Amino acid sequence: MINRKILWLFMLPGIVLYTGLFVYPALSGLFYSFTNWDGVSPSYDFVGISNYKESFDSIIFRKAFLNNIKFMIVVVVIQTIVSLVLALILAKNSKTSVFFRALYFFPAILSSVSVGLIWSFIYDPSIGLINTGLQHAGLEQLAKSWTGDAKIALYSIAFVQIWAHAGQMMIIFIAGLQAIPGELVEAARIDGATRLQVFRKITWPLLAPSAAIVISYTTIQSFKAFDLIFVMTDGGPNYATEILTTYIYHLAFSNYSFGLASAGSMIFLILLGILTFFQFRALRRDGATG
Amino acid sequence: MKWVGRIIMILYGLLIAAPLYFVVVSSFKTSQGFYASPLGWPQPWSLQNFITIFQAQPMLQYFWNSARVTLFTVAIVLFLGSLISYAIVRLGGRLGKFAFAYFVAGLIIPSQVIMLPLYSLVRQLGWSDNLTALIFVSAAGLLPLTVFTLTGFMEMLSKEMMEAGSMDGAGEWKIYWRLVLPLSGPSLSATAAFLFVMVWNDLLIPLLLLNSTEKLTLPLALMQFRGEYVTDYTMLLTGVVITALPMVILFTFLQRFFVTGLTAGSVKG
Repeated sequence: MINRKILWLFMLPGIVLYTGLFVYPALSGLFYSFTNWDGVSPSYDFVGISNYKESFDSIIFRKAFLNNIKFMIVVVVIQTIVSLVLALILAKNSKTSVFFRALYFFPAILSSVSVGLIWSFIYDPSIGLINTGLQHAGLEQLAKSWTGDAKIALYSIAFVQIWAHAGQMMIIFIAGLQAIPGELVEAARIDGATRLQVFRKITWPLLAPSAAIVISYTTIQSFKAFDLIFVMTDGGPNYATEILTTYIYHLAFSNYSFGLASAGSMIFLILLGILTFFQFRALRRDGATG
Repeated sequence: MKWVGRIIMILYGLLIAAPLYFVVVSSFKTSQGFYASPLGWPQPWSLQNFITIFQAQPMLQYFWNSARVTLFTVAIVLFLGSLISYAIVRLGGRLGKFAFAYFVAGLIIPSQVIMLPLYSLVRQLGWSDNLTALIFVSAAGLLPLTVFTLTGFMEMLSKEMMEAGSMDGAGEWKIYWRLVLPLSGPSLSATAAFLFVMVWNDLLIPLLLLNSTEKLTLPLALMQFRGEYVTDYTMLLTGVVITALPMVILFTFLQRFFVTGLTAGSVKG
C-alpha cells in the first residue's frame, strides 16, 4: 500500500524551499528583464524588449560573448586532450598510478578563490614564480604581465581553469578505459596490430561515450565560468577578460542597471540552453551506439 | 613509448605540485624573507604568518561561519533531497515523473543566472547578511542535483522490498528511515562529499548575501584579505592554506568518496 498523502508531505518542505528560493527568483529574473529597475529603488517602468535590444547593440556585451566563446574553445580542446593523455598513462592500476591520479585530481577540492589567488601569485609580474624563474634562467625577455596584458590575459586564465579541472576529467576517461575488456586489446595485439591501430580501432570507439561526457561537461562548465575571472582580473584589463557572467555582475552591481543585466542573464541562459540541448543529443547518440 | 608516458606523468605532476609547494612554503616565510628570495627555502621557517593572521583577523569566526553554513546546508539538502527522492520512487508513474522533472529542471539554470533576482529577493525579505538565509538559499540551489543523484540510486533499489515493508505494516516513514536510507549509504556519502566541497568553497552565493565582516565565510574572507594584503603574498597564501586544510584532511581520509562524488556530481551539474 502506498500512502500518497504522506509521500506528498515528504516532498513538501523541499518543494517550498526550492520553489521559493530558486524557481521564483528565476521567473522574477525574466520579469525584471522587461523593466528599467535599478535594483534598489521601489519603483520601475516596463520597457518592453528594449533591454534585449540594448544588450545586442552593446559593444561590451559582444566583446564578452566573443571572450566566452574563445575561453570555451581553448578550455574544451586542451582540457579534453590533456585529460585523455593523462588517463591513457594512468589507466592501469598500480601504486604509482593511484598516487598520481590523486595528485592530478587534487586542485578540484580547492576553492576557486584559492586557485585564483594562488595563480595571481604565480603570474605576478614582479615577484611571481614564472617571471622570477625566467629571470633566474636568464630568459627575462620572456617575462610577461600574464594577466595584465590584454593579448594574453584570457588565455592565462584558461590555463588555470585547465590546471584546476583536467584531473577530474581524467577520472572519467579512466573509468571508460577500465571498462574496455583487456582480452580485446590483447587479441588485437597478438594478431599483429600496432599500438596506434589498437587505439584507433578499439580504444577510441569504445571510449567515445566518456569523451562525449567530458566534452559536454567541459563546454558548459567553461561557458558559465565566473569565479576565476572575478578573482584574478575582474574582467580587465580593458574588458580583455570580460565574459557574460562578469558582464552581468558588473552591470547589476557597479552600474545598477538591474533590468539590463537581467536581460543579459536571460540571453546567457538561452545560450546555455542551446549548449545543453546539443549536450543531450550528443550523449544520446553515443549512448545508443556505444 | 613507455618512458614518454613516464616523462609526461612526472612533468604534469610537477605542474600540479609546484604551485602547491610554493604556496605552502611561502606561508612559512617572513615577508622580508619572501621578497628577498621568492623561490628559495624559508630562512628561517616561521609560524609568524599563522599567528598574525589569527590575531589580526577574526579567523576563528570565519572558520566557524564556514563550518556552520557547510554542515547545516549539507544536512538539510541530504535530508530533504532523500525524502523527495524516496517519495518520487514510491509514487512512480506520472506524478513521480512530474515531481522529478520539476526538480531536475533546475539543473539547467546555474546560480549565475539567478544571482540578480536572488539578491533582490533576499533584500526585500530583509534576509541580507544573515547566515541562516545563506544556508537556505544554498540548500535550495543544491536540491536539483541531489534529487537527481539520489533518485537515480533509489530507483535501483528493489521496489518489492519496499512493498514488502509496507505489507508488514511499516509506514512510509519507517520504510524510508529504516530501510531505504541505510541501503543508500554509498550514494549518500558520495553526494555528501560533493556537497561539502561545493558549499565550503562557494563564492557566488555568499558574495551576494553577506557583507559585514563578522559574517564572512572563508572564501569571502580571502577576497577581503586580497584587498588588505595587496603586497603581502605570504599572509594571503597563509589564508589559502588555512581555507584548504579541512578539505585536504577530508580528501586524504575519504579519497574514494571525493573522487567518485565530485566527478559524478559535477558531471551531472
